[in-house]
Amino acid sequence: MNNNVLIGYKQRDNFVDHLTGTTKLIGLIALSVIGMVSFDTRFLLVLTIGSLALFRLSGIKFHEVSFILSFITAFSVLNLIAVYIFGPQYGVHLYGSEHVIWQGVGPYNLTWEQLFYEFNLFLKYIFTVPLALVFLMTTNPSEFSSSLNRIGVSYRISYAVSLALRYIPDVQNDYRQISKAQQARGNEISKKGKLTHRVKAAAQILLPLIFTSLDRIETISQAMELRRFGKLKKRSWYAEKPMKRSDFAALMVIALVVVIGICLFKLNAGRFYDPFR
Amino acid sequence: MKKPIISFQDVSFQYQSQSEPTLHHLSFDIYPGEKVLIAGASGSGKTTISRLMNGLIPSAYPGELSGKIFINGESVTDQTIFDLSLRVGTVLQDPDTQFVGLTVAEDIAFALENDAEDQSVLKQKAKDWAKQLKIPAILNNHPQEISGGQKQRVSMAGVLVDEGKILLFDEPLASLDPIAGRESIELIDDMQKNGATTTVIIEHRIEDVLYRPVDRIILIDQGKLVANDTPNTILKSGILAKLGLREPLYLSALKYAGIDLTQVADVDSVGKVALSASTISALQAWVKPQQARVQTMDVKPMLQANNISFSYDSKQVLNKLNLNINAGEMVSLVGRNGVGKTTLSNIITGFLHQSSGDLVLNGHSINEASIKERADHIGYVLQDPNMMISKNTVSEEVALGLTLRAVAPDEIERRVAETLKVCGLFEFRHWPISALSFGQKKRVTIAAILVLNPELLILDEPTAGQDWQHYTEMMTFIRDLNRKIGISVIFITHDMHLMMEYTDRVVVLNNGVIAYDDQPMKLFANLDLLKQASLVETSLFTLAQRIKVDPEALIASFINQEKVVQTNE
Amino acid sequence: MNKKQGISVRTVVAIGIGTAIFFVLMRYIPIPTGVPDTNVNLAYGFLALMGAIFGPVAGGLIAFLGHMFNDLTWGEPWWTWIVADGIYGILFGLTKKYLNIENGDLTARKLVLFNVYQIVISILVWGIIAPTGDVLVYSEPASKVYLQGITSIICNALSVGILGTILLVAYARTRSKKGSLKKES
Repeated sequence: MNNNVLIGYKQRDNFVDHLTGTTKLIGLIALSVIGMVSFDTRFLLVLTIGSLALFRLSGIKFHEVSFILSFITAFSVLNLIAVYIFGPQYGVHLYGSEHVIWQGVGPYNLTWEQLFYEFNLFLKYIFTVPLALVFLMTTNPSEFSSSLNRIGVSYRISYAVSLALRYIPDVQNDYRQISKAQQARGNEISKKGKLTHRVKAAAQILLPLIFTSLDRIETISQAMELRRFGKLKKRSWYAEKPMKRSDFAALMVIALVVVIGICLFKLNAGRFYDPFR
Repeated sequence: MKKPIISFQDVSFQYQSQSEPTLHHLSFDIYPGEKVLIAGASGSGKTTISRLMNGLIPSAYPGELSGKIFINGESVTDQTIFDLSLRVGTVLQDPDTQFVGLTVAEDIAFALENDAEDQSVLKQKAKDWAKQLKIPAILNNHPQEISGGQKQRVSMAGVLVDEGKILLFDEPLASLDPIAGRESIELIDDMQKNGATTTVIIEHRIEDVLYRPVDRIILIDQGKLVANDTPNTILKSGILAKLGLREPLYLSALKYAGIDLTQVADVDSVGKVALSASTISALQAWVKPQQARVQTMDVKPMLQANNISFSYDSKQVLNKLNLNINAGEMVSLVGRNGVGKTTLSNIITGFLHQSSGDLVLNGHSINEASIKERADHIGYVLQDPNMMISKNTVSEEVALGLTLRAVAPDEIERRVAETLKVCGLFEFRHWPISALSFGQKKRVTIAAILVLNPELLILDEPTAGQDWQHYTEMMTFIRDLNRKIGISVIFITHDMHLMMEYTDRVVVLNNGVIAYDDQPMKLFANLDLLKQASLVETSLFTLAQRIKVDPEALIASFINQEKVVQTNE
Repeated sequence: MNKKQGISVRTVVAIGIGTAIFFVLMRYIPIPTGVPDTNVNLAYGFLALMGAIFGPVAGGLIAFLGHMFNDLTWGEPWWTWIVADGIYGILFGLTKKYLNIENGDLTARKLVLFNVYQIVISILVWGIIAPTGDVLVYSEPASKVYLQGITSIICNALSVGILGTILLVAYARTRSKKGSLKKES
């Protein structure tokens, strides 16, 4: 049984590992949001290179994440193709100029503007990947909820996140057992048959999983009340890590990146960096 | 005169959702430092008593309460569940729901976290209590990585951190194998001796709890108090069997030997029970030397597992294992948790695939057969019936396997009716399954498998968590199936009584191979093997040693007699 | 009694377990539709039930957190759709009062209205909120994201319409008053 919740946290003993979950959480949210909004290519390039560097620093081995990388590559390529099919002139429209590389049929030509726009999209698709993986693989799940609580999420909701992480492996295990037992009776999620039939068959398989889980919700909440969960307005956390100097330094860097990103909006008079002007 | 720490005064209680009261005019006191066992069959109301003590009533289960309950001299109605939790620490039945932390240390510290104690206190106390409960090595482990017994220790540590005065155990033995159960009873006893705690244990497995002494037993039946006395007095009175509870085995043996228990001293412990010369000679006379069983029938191997190996996460679970199951046999498959019993049965049913080796069914290889194809011959019933049930009514559920196999409707109807009759469920055929009891649900899941006419049935812990009466009903039902339709049955179990009384063959799995494969009594006389299988010697073994007879002979005599008693009933 | 502070412990646990199940359904058990890269997501049928039982806070957080965990494991937190999912969950939570499923009185009329409602909110969330977010934030071509939106409407409404309805009915049955059941011979 894979006990590493989600994908493979383990202690790695390096700079990234030693930062608190709070720092990494703020970093992930702040950077992914600013990178989501910004269309300044220079900024996105710096973000991508920076997050790749962080990935190296974190000591995660390539083979640990190769499956995800290939999936993300496929996802990005498909999306970029779809963007071209549905909006071959979208780059031209965005940048307000047209530099044709190759004259195709109808709207389907190739322009530098379109290529450049899609390159921006590509950077936006991929720069979060190293960040998210670093976050998942170097943050102790136990510490995650205390981090949420520290950035202002109520402790009840923070603890709900901890419970989710606690029970994901159990749910997976139960699902495996239940679906095999249903298969034995002839019920399975197959690739054949009508879609509605397949969903109905899936419903039969999921019913036992969902109903045993609903019972479990009752008993777990009783067990938690019997140990005074929800008694006070706050709670302390066994796995909380104190903020250290390196955390504040990292937060400063993150803040600086975000501020630069915002300043670039002003400088570019909008979200887009336009080299064609 | 000491003041009671728990006092029930004429307590009656009715759940809001029920039409009848669950408890009727219950009065008893428990004094500081006592260790009390509250016993009763399922549905007797013993769990309701524990909920009244820890405040789950009324917080989680509203209802109508009359009479007075005092904990520590204060009325419970004036206290919240949080106030009560500081006085009464509850260890719930299912350690998986009680274990809410991501790691052992966090779970031990959970209550203190909720009191917003400093982190240094949390760390110190988690460490201290882990040490006291002898689990310091697993502090950073996840719940998925530790055994049931360890989880229970974590649960205990998690309530002991409060240093409350009362410890309440709700069926502590229900989810443990015999060795872990015995260790747990020892630990409860040690905690009781070390601290000034009062211990209340809710259980129906009386002999197992009495492995260490208790001060008093309170017997509950149908919501009424039927006895409140020392174990000695209660055991002598012979009341247990009448309430659907199992009497300690050694006492049944004494009775079978014609000994009057009221004349015997210290009946509450097999080690101490006073055996006078006349008692010993009566017992010795009762033990019949056992003639070797002659195999009269030709055995026909039905399922053969040849050289089966399986590894998981680069760990070798099964290593060239060989096992034959014969037609019409009842076999127990035993071994400690995690030794690969479930893996083996999952390989047989096709849920998992062996890394090497062959499975042969009735002379044909089934290596390539799908789960569904194998299910036509081999039925597998999970431990928890709720994990198998996906239809609303009994007959729909039983018909499901046939419907999905596109069997003709009139044949479905006929086979379902037939199966329901065999399983004693015919009169419930239109009932919603949610209205059935746990044991009936279990029967429904067995019926839903039987309807496919398998030749082999694999039952995972078929009797777990059931009291003596329901247990006997379930096992009689399965034995009748075996006799009536000749189906072979493999039980995956820790239940020694089941092995002894209902199966002719026990297979012990250890280190990836079969470590023992023979009659149950020989196993029960072999302490080393028992330990490998995570079993413990029964009190019959101890009794045999005390009266200096061959344990195998005593156990065999006992089983023969039990079978006679049962057929007469 | 203590004053009530924030959401109940039962809701906290419902969010935790609900998120775990939502995540597992979304991540590991997609039902392929036959159209490449388009799956019916069973998590939404489940979400409909959780919203109906536990209300908008639980519904919203289960969907938000479940989707977020799923995206994180792929390295791609797609915030616009994560937020849209949260809104979808909240909207399902709003059915709690009307359906009153905990008391088990789920009539055919309620089920029909529920399905009308779920189609409306599917269109609102997956046809308007999520794609508009993509156009505004990611600046993707409108025709692309709206087409994706339409696919999602169909898949998700299908999941809710079939799985969600089955779950609601099954749950209501377990809650209904056990009438006078008689053994039949």
